[in-house]
Amino acid sequence: MTTSPNSYADKAAEVAARATPERLVVRVRALSDRAIAWLFIAPTIVLLLAINIFPLFWAIYLSFTNFRANRPNAEVKHVGLDNYTRVLNDPDIWVSMQTTAHFVFWTILLQTLIGFALAYLIDRKFRGHAFWTTLILIPMMLSPAVVGNFWRFLYEPQIGLFAYAVSFLTGIPTSEIQMLGSVNLAPWAIIIVDTWMWTPYVMLICLAGLRSIPDYIYEAAEVDRASNWRQFWSITVPMALPFIMLAVLFRGIENFKMFDMVNLLTGGGPGSTTEVASITLKRDAFEAWATGRSSAFAIVLFVAVFGLANIYVKALNRVKQR
Amino acid sequence: MLKKWIPLLGATAVCALMSTPQAAKAEQLTLCWAAWDPANALVELSKDFTTKTGIDMKFEFVPWTSYADRFLNELNSRGKLCDLIIGDSQWVGGAAENGHYVKLNDFFAKEGISMDDFVPATVVGYSEWPKNTPNYWALPAMGDVVGWTYRKDWFERPEIQKEFKAKYGWDLAAPKTYDQLKQIAEFFQKRQIDGKTVYGASIYTERGSEGITMGVTNVLYDWGFMYENPKKPYDMQGYVNSADAVKGLEFYKSLYDCCTPPGASNVYMVEAADAFKSGQVAMQMNFAFTWPGLYKDEKVGGDRIGFFPNPAEKFHFAQLGGQGISVVSYSDKRDAALQYIKWFAQPDVQAKWWQLGGYSCLKAVVDAPGFKASQPYAPAFLESMAIVKDFWAEPSYAELLQAMQKRVHDYVVAGKGTAKEALDGLEKDWTEIFKEDGKI
Repeated sequence: MTTSPNSYADKAAEVAARATPERLVVRVRALSDRAIAWLFIAPTIVLLLAINIFPLFWAIYLSFTNFRANRPNAEVKHVGLDNYTRVLNDPDIWVSMQTTAHFVFWTILLQTLIGFALAYLIDRKFRGHAFWTTLILIPMMLSPAVVGNFWRFLYEPQIGLFAYAVSFLTGIPTSEIQMLGSVNLAPWAIIIVDTWMWTPYVMLICLAGLRSIPDYIYEAAEVDRASNWRQFWSITVPMALPFIMLAVLFRGIENFKMFDMVNLLTGGGPGSTTEVASITLKRDAFEAWATGRSSAFAIVLFVAVFGLANIYVKALNRVKQR
Repeated sequence: MLKKWIPLLGATAVCALMSTPQAAKAEQLTLCWAAWDPANALVELSKDFTTKTGIDMKFEFVPWTSYADRFLNELNSRGKLCDLIIGDSQWVGGAAENGHYVKLNDFFAKEGISMDDFVPATVVGYSEWPKNTPNYWALPAMGDVVGWTYRKDWFERPEIQKEFKAKYGWDLAAPKTYDQLKQIAEFFQKRQIDGKTVYGASIYTERGSEGITMGVTNVLYDWGFMYENPKKPYDMQGYVNSADAVKGLEFYKSLYDCCTPPGASNVYMVEAADAFKSGQVAMQMNFAFTWPGLYKDEKVGGDRIGFFPNPAEKFHFAQLGGQGISVVSYSDKRDAALQYIKWFAQPDVQAKWWQLGGYSCLKAVVDAPGFKASQPYAPAFLESMAIVKDFWAEPSYAELLQAMQKRVHDYVVAGKGTAKEALDGLEKDWTEIFKEDGKI
C-alpha cells in the first residue's frame, strides 16, 4: 500500500488539531472557512481601498468641482461636466496627448524590434551568452532618476560624450548637436534614452517566449524541410507573439504615464515640445493648482489607458487561444 | 560608607527625574527655506538666537526646483512642519488670503518694529497684502534682485579693448543699455580666450519653475511691459501685450539666439552661476544672492569679476527676488516663532546677517556710510534694489506664472509663433484666470 502526500497532510493536520488547546479549537471552529479567508485578505483589501480605491473615487468627485488645493478656505462648488468639457476642448492638452502618442509609438516600436532581435541572438546560446545577457540587462536595473541625470550630461553639447561621438562620426561641430535644446531633436533624445533603458526588459520577456517553444516543433519542421526563414515566420514569431504582446502592453502602460525621465531630461521643453500628458497633468495639479480640472484630466487618462488596455488584453487572449 | 552615599544618590536621581520634564519643555523651532548659500548663513546667524534664548533651531531647506512644490503643499495641507517660513515674495497674497501666515501688525506695534525702518520696495514686495496697504504678513528677510556679473579681467585686456573699440566705436565697459549689452555679448560669442571657446551671456531660460519668467520680465519692464492699466486694475489689454513689450520680448529672444552658450535652453540660477564659474560666459544674468559666492570663487572671483545693475532702455527696472520671514499660522509654537522674528529684526543681528552673506533689508544696514564700500557688489545691489518691480503676488500667482512660463518659453526657446502672439496669448490666459477668480 502506498501513502499519498494528501494522507500525510491529513495526518499532520489531525496531530496538530489534537495538540491545539480545546478553547482555541472551539473559537476557530466557530469561524467558517469563508470568514477565515476574509480574515486573511482583509488587511490587503483595507490597504487597497485606502491607497487605491478611495483616492480614485475622491478624484472622480473632485473632477466635478471647482476645488483648488491651494485655496482650502474657498467654497467648493459643483460644476457638472465643465472640467471635462474644458479638458477635452483644450488644444494644449491635445498637443500633449499627441506628444505622448508619438513617444509611446516610437519607444514601443524600437524596443520591440531591438528587444526581440537581442533575445533571438541571446537564445542562440553562444559562448559567453550569460555574460552578455547580464551586461545588456544593466540599464533596466538603474533608477530612472540616475539615468535621466547622466544622459543629460551625455547630451551636453560642450562636454557630453554623445555630442562628441556624433561629431566624431559626422564632422558636425559639437556645439551644434543640441539634443535637449532643439525642438526637432528633443523628442528623439527622450526616445533614445527610454529605448536604451527598457529594451533589455522587452528582451527578457521575448527570451522567455523563445525558450518556451519546444524543440520538437523545430525538429518536425526540419523533417518537413522548412527553411530557416519559414521556421522563423511560421513557428518562432507566432509562438513568441503572446510574450511580445505582453511586453508591448507593459511598456505601453508604463510609457503612457512616463514622467520622471522626461522631467529630468527636458522638463517638457524646449517650449512644450516634450510635454507629455503626465507632465501637463502635474503642472495643472501641483503648479497651477487647478485640482478639479486636473482630476478630470486624470480620469480621462485613466479611462483611455484602461479602455485601450482592455481591448489589447482581449486581442492578446485571442492570440493565445489560437 | 555606601550607606552614607545612598541618600545623596537618591536625591540626585530625584533631581534628575524632576529635571526631565523641564528638558522636554525646551523648545525647538523649524524654519523652512530654500537650500542655497544664504540659508547656510542663516544657520550660522541663528546660533546666536539659540545662545540667547535657549530655543533650538532646526532647518528644513529644499532645493529651489522643488521649493514651491514642497512648501506650498505643506501650507495648503495645513501642515505643522514649519514654524517659521521664508516664503517667496509672490506667495504673500495667497498665504494671507488662505490664512497660512500670521498677520504681524499687532506684534510689530507691540514690539516697536516699524516697517519704515526697512527698504520700502522690500516692505511692499515681501510683507504687504494687499499691496501698498499697511497689512503685514512677513518681516523683510532677504533682499534680492536680478542683476549681472561680468568678467572684468577679460574686459580689461588691452587687445580685447582695442578690438572692441575698433568694431563698435565705444570703450568696452559694463553696459548701460541693452544695445551695449548685446554688442558685448556678440563680441564675446564663440571668441577664443586663453585657448578656450567662450560665449556672450548666460540668461534665464528655465521651463519647470519660474526661471524664464524672471529673466524675461527683468528685461521687459525696461521696454515698457506693464502688468495692468495703472488706472484700472486687471485691465491688461495693451499693457501686457503693448508694442514696446513685444519689442522687449523680441530682444530677449534675439539675445538667446545670438549670444548664449550651446544647450542653454533650461538655465536658471544654478546653471547660470555654473556657466560663469566655469569660464564659459562673459556676462551672466542672475539674482544678487549668487554674488558673494562668485566673488569668493578662486577661478572667477576677486579682481576677475565685476557687477552691474540691469541696463536701461525706455525705463529702468529690475526683477525683484528675495523673501520675507513669516510665522506659519498652523504652528503650535507661535510665541517662540514671534520671538525669533523680534530677534531677527534687531539692527545688530541684521548687520551680522549682511556680513555673513545674507542681504539685509534694514535701512540702518544698507544706508550706513560704509555699506557701499563693504563689499564690491554692494553698490550694484543698492542701485538694483532701488528700481525693483515684482511679478503678480495674487492668490492665483501660480497659475499666472505657469501661463507665462509656457507662453514665453514656447516663443523664446522653442521658436514657436511670434512675440506678439505669445504676449496676446498671455494676456488672454491671465484675463481668464482673473475672471475665474472673480476679479474681473
